[in-house]
Amino acid sequence: MTHVSLIPTALANKFPADRPTVGYGVHRVVGLETEFGIHAPTHPQASHSVMSLELINAYGHKLASEGTNVASTEWDYNEESPLSDARGWQMPRSIAHPSQLTDQALVNDADQDIQMLVNLILPNGARFYVDHAHPEYSSPETTNPIDAVIWDQAGDRVAQQAADHIADANGSAEMILYKNNTDSKSVSYGAHENYLVARDLDFDELSDHLIGFFTTRQIITGAGRVGIGSRNQRSGFQISQRADFFEEEVGLETTIRRPIINTRDEPHATSETYRRLHVIIGDANLSQYSTWLRVGMTSLVLSLIELGELPLVELAEPVEALQDISHDPSLQTQILVNGRGWMTPIEIQRIYQQAAQDYLNRYSIDDKQTVDVVNAWAEVLDLLEHDPVKLADRLDWIAKYQLLNGMRQRHALDWSNAKLAMLDLQWADLREGKGLYYTLVSRGAMRTIVTKDQIAHAISMPPTTTRAWTRGRVIDRFGAHLAGVSWESVLVRPFRQGPLQRFHLLEPLAATANDINGLLAAGKPQLSLDDTPANRTELAQLLKQLQPYRVTRRN
Amino acid sequence: MTQEQQHPSNRQHDEDQHIPDPLPEGTPSPGSASAQTADLDSLLDEIDDVLEVNAEEFVQGFVQKGGQ
Repeated sequence: MTHVSLIPTALANKFPADRPTVGYGVHRVVGLETEFGIHAPTHPQASHSVMSLELINAYGHKLASEGTNVASTEWDYNEESPLSDARGWQMPRSIAHPSQLTDQALVNDADQDIQMLVNLILPNGARFYVDHAHPEYSSPETTNPIDAVIWDQAGDRVAQQAADHIADANGSAEMILYKNNTDSKSVSYGAHENYLVARDLDFDELSDHLIGFFTTRQIITGAGRVGIGSRNQRSGFQISQRADFFEEEVGLETTIRRPIINTRDEPHATSETYRRLHVIIGDANLSQYSTWLRVGMTSLVLSLIELGELPLVELAEPVEALQDISHDPSLQTQILVNGRGWMTPIEIQRIYQQAAQDYLNRYSIDDKQTVDVVNAWAEVLDLLEHDPVKLADRLDWIAKYQLLNGMRQRHALDWSNAKLAMLDLQWADLREGKGLYYTLVSRGAMRTIVTKDQIAHAISMPPTTTRAWTRGRVIDRFGAHLAGVSWESVLVRPFRQGPLQRFHLLEPLAATANDINGLLAAGKPQLSLDDTPANRTELAQLLKQLQPYRVTRRN
Repeated sequence: MTQEQQHPSNRQHDEDQHIPDPLPEGTPSPGSASAQTADLDSLLDEIDDVLEVNAEEFVQGFVQKGGQ
């Protein structure tokens, strides 16, 4: 397969030849993960794993009942697995009988065990599955911050639609989903970002340059939290949901002793070209603007690190700084930076923003998406310094902080008052009639940068610019003829007969809508299992289209 | 980091008499119109209406299991 790149050739030619790059400006392969909080207020004993399973299966049931294909194969593509429709979708009995929301094995109306599916791959190319004790949505691969926002927010709707589907069942218990990161009782769950970076970039160089950025970007991307300490040991407000759950600078763990830089390296792509940078430090953002800047700023910083052009900001005590910054919403905290002295987080962020601005000038990069992020980054830093309340229409933590302060003043509340913790929690409630973020949006008090229509489209359609196009569209059109799908593979068995045909989509920028012809275009009907000449012709066309990705030897 | 390190004496901020709080207790920022205050009041009315009434019990009951 020929190598493809996001970088326009003329620009690539200007970059230093000895610096491998796989992105530029804000353009880079990125995917966002959300682990949702899940809660059934009337059933405090309900198992979170079982609720998560039911949620995933309810979504499968919903799609199947609407006639939409969804792949539910086991994730390990080396094992051939039955298809969703082969196994059939059943609404678990426990949904209709809330008393069964327990840890016990789930049974159907005939008292047979129900085999629950833990993995769905959706027609939009995303993965929706059970991770530990949470439902998780992993967005399809996108190539810019706007698309990242669209497919991230589509995931919020997918999860809520699954909960709504359960709620529609007679007598079901209500499950509420939260796009937050902690119960403030010692447990945290993540909102991870995945960026592909050049494999040949030295990891220590990458990590050294990222620590200062990740420690300080929370002043823009934080989601805000009521309570200080992993178990709310102190009352008060802090900028970040996640800061109090990090203990290391660099490491492999994601559930204990969490590191600012996570070293997990499982690229799901050509490992000679790409490393997947797995970012675990971010907060889950409801605000589109916050998500957009989180992805945009980080993508820019990565583009500069790849070129060796990001200034090194070496914090003396990164983990302490992370928490000190989060605990001080006045943003005056002084951080000791080796060789630079004491700096505020705004001053540190200005170094990165200025470097991004210089990089645009140096290489004459002027595409709208990149310029918009660099300009918004500068504007936000200015407002944070001089008039932060103006950002209440853009940034999660400031919008939340404004509401909290308003409530405190109105009802003379102390920070330890449960009403404020409730406001914090309900900010992230995914129900549009209940979630306070949605309340603000519906009043026009919170800016949006993508439309409801764009998000609705992204629930059922994949991005056009990555292999997610083929993954999602093949599921939708040819689902009956698939034997498995994963991030990097598609297994086809036409008419469920004959040998399995394996295709590896190891290049995320290949098998895009441009690479695959109209066979996978929107609106084409699903291909049934009927062995007709017309169906045979279409399948032959699909196999021909996928031929460049064919795996001839089992690996 | 020690408290002493956090508040170095040689920083100009220490000389500033006024360290701005980003959102001092819900008061409007200088120059903002009274319409903005009215907006916030109306917004808080709506929040009061939509907020779960049994806050204490609800928040206590929100317990999650391990995550990444």
